[in-house]
Amino acid sequence: MARQLMTGNEAVARGAYEAGVAFASAYPGTPSTEILENVGNYREITAEWAPNEKVAMEAAIGASMGGVRSMAAMKHVGLNVAADPIFTFAYMGVSGGMVFVSADDPGMHSSQNEQDNRNYAKFMKIPMLEPSDSQEAKDMFRDAFDLSEKYDTPVMFRMTTRVCHSKSLVELGERKEFAAIPYVKNRMKNDNVPAVARNLRVKMLERDRRLAAFTNDCPYNFAEYNGSKKIGIVTSGISYQYAKEVFGDTASYLKLGLTNPLPMDMIREFRSNVDTLYVIEELDPFMEEQIKAAGIDCVGKDKIPLVGELNPNIIRKALLDEDVPEISFNQNLIVDRPPTLCAGCPHRGFFYECAKRSDTVMVGDIGCYALGGSEPLNAKDMAICMGAAFSLAHGLDKAFRSSNQDKTIVACMGDSTFFHTGINSLEEVVYNDSHVICSILDNRITGMTGHQENPGTGYSLQGEPATIMDIETIVRSLGIERVRTVNPLHLDDMKAALDWAYREVHEGPVVLITRWPCVLKKLSTEDRREFRPVPAVCTVHHDKCIGCKKCLSTGCPALSFDKYERKVSIDPLQCDGCTVCAQVCPKQAIVKGAKKA
Amino acid sequence: MKNQDTKSILLVGVGGQGTILASKILTAGLVAAGYDVKMSEVHGMSQRGGSVSTQVRYGTKVYSPIIGRGQADILVAFETMEAIRYLPDLKPGGKVVVNDYQMPSLPILSGEREYPDNLLEELQSKADTLVLDAAAIAQANGNPKSMNVVLLGALIQSLGLQDLDWDTALRACVKSKFVEVNLRCLDAGMRAAERNAG
Repeated sequence: MARQLMTGNEAVARGAYEAGVAFASAYPGTPSTEILENVGNYREITAEWAPNEKVAMEAAIGASMGGVRSMAAMKHVGLNVAADPIFTFAYMGVSGGMVFVSADDPGMHSSQNEQDNRNYAKFMKIPMLEPSDSQEAKDMFRDAFDLSEKYDTPVMFRMTTRVCHSKSLVELGERKEFAAIPYVKNRMKNDNVPAVARNLRVKMLERDRRLAAFTNDCPYNFAEYNGSKKIGIVTSGISYQYAKEVFGDTASYLKLGLTNPLPMDMIREFRSNVDTLYVIEELDPFMEEQIKAAGIDCVGKDKIPLVGELNPNIIRKALLDEDVPEISFNQNLIVDRPPTLCAGCPHRGFFYECAKRSDTVMVGDIGCYALGGSEPLNAKDMAICMGAAFSLAHGLDKAFRSSNQDKTIVACMGDSTFFHTGINSLEEVVYNDSHVICSILDNRITGMTGHQENPGTGYSLQGEPATIMDIETIVRSLGIERVRTVNPLHLDDMKAALDWAYREVHEGPVVLITRWPCVLKKLSTEDRREFRPVPAVCTVHHDKCIGCKKCLSTGCPALSFDKYERKVSIDPLQCDGCTVCAQVCPKQAIVKGAKKA
Repeated sequence: MKNQDTKSILLVGVGGQGTILASKILTAGLVAAGYDVKMSEVHGMSQRGGSVSTQVRYGTKVYSPIIGRGQADILVAFETMEAIRYLPDLKPGGKVVVNDYQMPSLPILSGEREYPDNLLEELQSKADTLVLDAAAIAQANGNPKSMNVVLLGALIQSLGLQDLDWDTALRACVKSKFVEVNLRCLDAGMRAAERNAG
């Protein structure tokens, strides 16, 4: 079969297919999202978006208990959410093989932290595989299921952004069907009450010892001796590719694919064959600390940064003290190009109306609306993790009320984030009665990660119809009476809803739902029926424009200001005709018209 | 021995300009010609109107999927200011293919900063630079949105790869109704680069 250029994420999906996986679940999160999207293209696999990572992990565990091969995929911080079930499943072991992906994001390209999830594998005492390119991603993922079944353990498959989103050539294989294992009730394995768990804990430690022996024979751990044995390098994942780029044949390598448990016998032998041992790894000294603890002398984080992504230049500088010459030029010629809310984004109306209010604390969350904090909207004080906005707001409210700080708290999160864990946060607000304005910015899709369906959209991963969970009905069923749904692109309505919320919040929790689809969303039949989109574009009448720049305060990227003419213009290619700019214009200089084909 | 024959190409622009499609066609052609190829792209937050880059490396055997600063053999900028932003990534002595096309970023749109003058002059004084009006070329060939394919054509010509099978590569990546116009744009991009070199 011909070789194909695939991303690491596509390759993992292919590995799942070849391994005979029957069930896959995930919650989207950069850089892991495309794994499940691609698994969903294989009809042989039941692939589903779960409302959050914990649920995805639990569903995959259930499928394993049910006797089929199963998987879950998530970004690094998603594993924090899913940690509860998997820590205990690590005690219990599998029926059908079970593998989960942790896609880490060194350098925080699209994340709120850069935690090194390799630590989890050691903490959970489960085997961990780390691919360094797409071929390995495919092969290792396929083989991870054999490992899972042989050692009766879930397997962690740890990737990083550069492995997930880089393409390299992959030789494909055929699918091998995995015959489901008939279910047999076995409480001593699957019902983790304390009496059972105590036994399983002992068994798990014994498994860890067997794995520690196996890892020295695992074919994914191998030494590559080159002419020179002066320098030896222990490395794994993408760092292997960087090391090869820098050192080529001038060093020998111990390339590790199964990195928990570490093959300490192998490392010791490799060490005895080289003069100097470098450990090249991104983020934490995960391998280095264990190697040093085993009494093996090596050089690692003394020279290689603990922070951010590595690349060949960083390694070259750190270990060879070589600089790469760069072209020098006039730095003043660069103007920042920060990401912005798109032209026509429904979040703009919400943030524009919030930004104007004084004595307000704006609590944000994870999603496109993170951009509401940027200039010129500046409408955000804080954000921490998925679904946290309402619970943070709750705590703030309790602190403010007990210390007589008079502030109004407005918290916001998107529809997918609400279904993720925001719903739990809202329960806290209701149950423990905080006086906060909880806003759910429902743009009818999971936006930032590239438009995945969620429980509110009415469609499954494969685009099949699913039950629509209506957010307003859910909110009301929790016992909240002060609820309003508003079109955020109608600024008068948005303002009226906020005025109402600011009054009502003195009595108890308020929920505002803004409901308008993401401007990039491919609208469903239901969306078309509800929102009745008419292609339109706004234009500025230059005879009426007084150059007051009020429209620019909406931060729409389709607007530009000509400082010589002192007039605003609108780029018709970007404009979606949302009219937010027209609504703020004090001179009615902006009008909406039909979009030219 | 280090990998001396690996070529590193950096394609930069603004989210939505089609750098990813251009690199898809490029890598399809390179793979079909038997090269080892790696490509790295950025997803997620920065796509929302931010500065984006796609990295392509090809040769006999490629290790790193990313190009360090000062290591790109050729920089293709779909937007003029982005060429300057990524100039430190270019190897001294490397080539620049730059689109004479300005997309003001937010600080410029809001009137807080100005779109810098003399960008092309600065580029030309620092590197072997080919300036193209890809929008005009694409327009003349039937679709102003095919700027990315015009620039791809110029890149291919600049790399001396014009004899690979680009027809098949393009057809594999583009919807059938857009194939003809894109083939014309690809060819126009190649010719523009050839004229400039000649």
